[in-house]
Amino acid sequence: MVKKTVEGSFAIAEAIKNCEPDVVACYPITSSSHIAEGLAQFYADGEIKEYIRTEQEFSSISAIVGASAAGSRAVSATSSQGLALMHEVVYAAAGMRVPIVMAIGNRALSAPLNIWDDWQDSIAERDSGWIQIYCENAQEAIDTAPQAFKIAEKVMLPVMFCIDGFYITHSVETFEVPGMEEIRKFLPKFNPKLKLDPKNPVSLGVYAMPTHYQMFREDVHRDAAASLKVVKQVHDQYGKTFGRTYGDGLVEGYKLKDARFILVSMASVCGNIKEAVDALRQKGMKVGLLRIRSYRPFPYGQVAKALAKAKAVAVLEKSYNLGGKHPLYSDVIGSFVDEKKRPVISSIVGGLGGKDVTVRDCEGMLKKLAKGKHFEVWW
Amino acid sequence: MAKKLFYPGHTGCAGCGMAIIFRHVVETLGPDMILVNATSCSEIISTPYPRTCLGVPYIHVTFENAASVASGIVRALKAQGNTHTKVVIFAGDGGTYDIGFGAVSGMLERNENVLYVCYDNEAYMNTGNQRSSATPKFARTTTSPVGKIHPGKDMFKKPIVEIVAAHKVPYVASASVGYINDLNDKLRKAASMDGSKFIVVFSPCVPGWGEDPSVTLDVGKLVVETGLWKMVEIVDGKRTLTYRPKERKPVGEYFRTQKRFKHMTKEMIGEMQAHVDKEWEMEG
Repeated sequence: MVKKTVEGSFAIAEAIKNCEPDVVACYPITSSSHIAEGLAQFYADGEIKEYIRTEQEFSSISAIVGASAAGSRAVSATSSQGLALMHEVVYAAAGMRVPIVMAIGNRALSAPLNIWDDWQDSIAERDSGWIQIYCENAQEAIDTAPQAFKIAEKVMLPVMFCIDGFYITHSVETFEVPGMEEIRKFLPKFNPKLKLDPKNPVSLGVYAMPTHYQMFREDVHRDAAASLKVVKQVHDQYGKTFGRTYGDGLVEGYKLKDARFILVSMASVCGNIKEAVDALRQKGMKVGLLRIRSYRPFPYGQVAKALAKAKAVAVLEKSYNLGGKHPLYSDVIGSFVDEKKRPVISSIVGGLGGKDVTVRDCEGMLKKLAKGKHFEVWW
Repeated sequence: MAKKLFYPGHTGCAGCGMAIIFRHVVETLGPDMILVNATSCSEIISTPYPRTCLGVPYIHVTFENAASVASGIVRALKAQGNTHTKVVIFAGDGGTYDIGFGAVSGMLERNENVLYVCYDNEAYMNTGNQRSSATPKFARTTTSPVGKIHPGKDMFKKPIVEIVAAHKVPYVASASVGYINDLNDKLRKAASMDGSKFIVVFSPCVPGWGEDPSVTLDVGKLVVETGLWKMVEIVDGKRTLTYRPKERKPVGEYFRTQKRFKHMTKEMIGEMQAHVDKEWEMEG
């Protein structure tokens, strides 16, 4: 493990390279371009075997589906419109059970055009069967890259790990990037049971009639839901090997023990929320944070348990369901369907398209929810 | 053809041009190949879960991405040190000329080591005969119907051979189901070369074109004999006609074999004849 002071994207690219993917396929898009560029440099230096510079993102994901089906570890990185363009193959990849991995530099969707951070690009893919992990900082993303491959290859479902655009992708910090030799001990070689092989011909991605189609979707749902265990196990194992953990791998609680008022959120804004919690704690307020790390599969049980003793909860999300109840908010409410009682749960949508959510904003949110009354607001 | 790799029991129509081409592609190039399929009739008839008529590894992902999926496969094989397995695409004109065109161009520009076979039945036949950019002028389809103002499709067919050749890939050819030995020669020749290879094959569609199932091969010959479909080969940029009709038959003979041209007037047939004559002036 070497300490380096670099931009987050380049450190994430190095972590991906150290997972030894056979095939990378990328098309540049802000805010994930620097991950694609970092990987391209490794290819130029002969440290990555194959790099396909595609003519669009739809082809990037298509190429890594093909590479994975042929028995190779394969990866891409994208953002926003790029992920939206991939949408058709995002669903196909999960349905075909190819364990590809993508790093997502989160970014707002058009219109209006905007290159800055929010989560709607990846949240819009939440129903596809992909595993989605949201990282608070670049160090977590670096540590999540090897976990993503390991999870994907264990459950045979694709994984995207999500990083807030600019806030995390473009910030320079000092990181520890695990080396190739170290990762080899944690992440075994990709050796799928089924692949495109003339010696043992199989058909992948066939079409199914009404008699069979639903069965395929049920299988993905069952395995995606059951993968909670794998996400946690792989996280714990990584923690033992490399000494860094992120909550229990599914959720991370911050000062929750006696908290009565809890903000629930994901990704980098949780850094600001932690500061706001500290500030209000000094004033005697029993506030805390629950950070969701594994968004799909969603840890309903862990969320209900973590929030059980709270009086009021608010969900802050940089995502939305226009005309409906917002996605993370709905998931948190959904966590309580089997519970006899639940706290007041409120909704905050904020930080869209790079709109700043400052520590002061987070303090304001915590104070508002501490009044104990239900609200649904855009901050 | 050395080995049985395309089995009976597929669900293609009697007289299907594509099924004949598909069989020859698989059995001439297999068994050491990976077949990448675009959404099309060829997908639907070959691999309805849980059955298949294929004895080679097969993958289908979407309509428009066969060229990208194949790119990923060929790079994976390279990374694994596999230098022998052929990666072959089988796609229709819709997946090639139209919706998959960007991916095709990307694959050609990167000169991926893939053999692309496009069976051209000149419309979206899998979904009920809607026009594609491969549909010939005046052809009636469900989205270029014959009306008071527009007599079928208004435009000429997209010149895919020239467009592919403009990418300067090592091998580009056109073939027809009516000349199956020529197709097999071209398949073998293409497969022996490195880089991107592209063969477009004329492929009559019985229900879409309104032709008798017994005349598929005849129609596949007539289109060449009338000069409407040129059989060419472009190897490293050098173009040759691989078949030259001794005396071109009048195009009307071809149009009469199919209901999709039934509405054509003498003037329309005359326009097409003049178009073909002009196209052949350049051949000397």
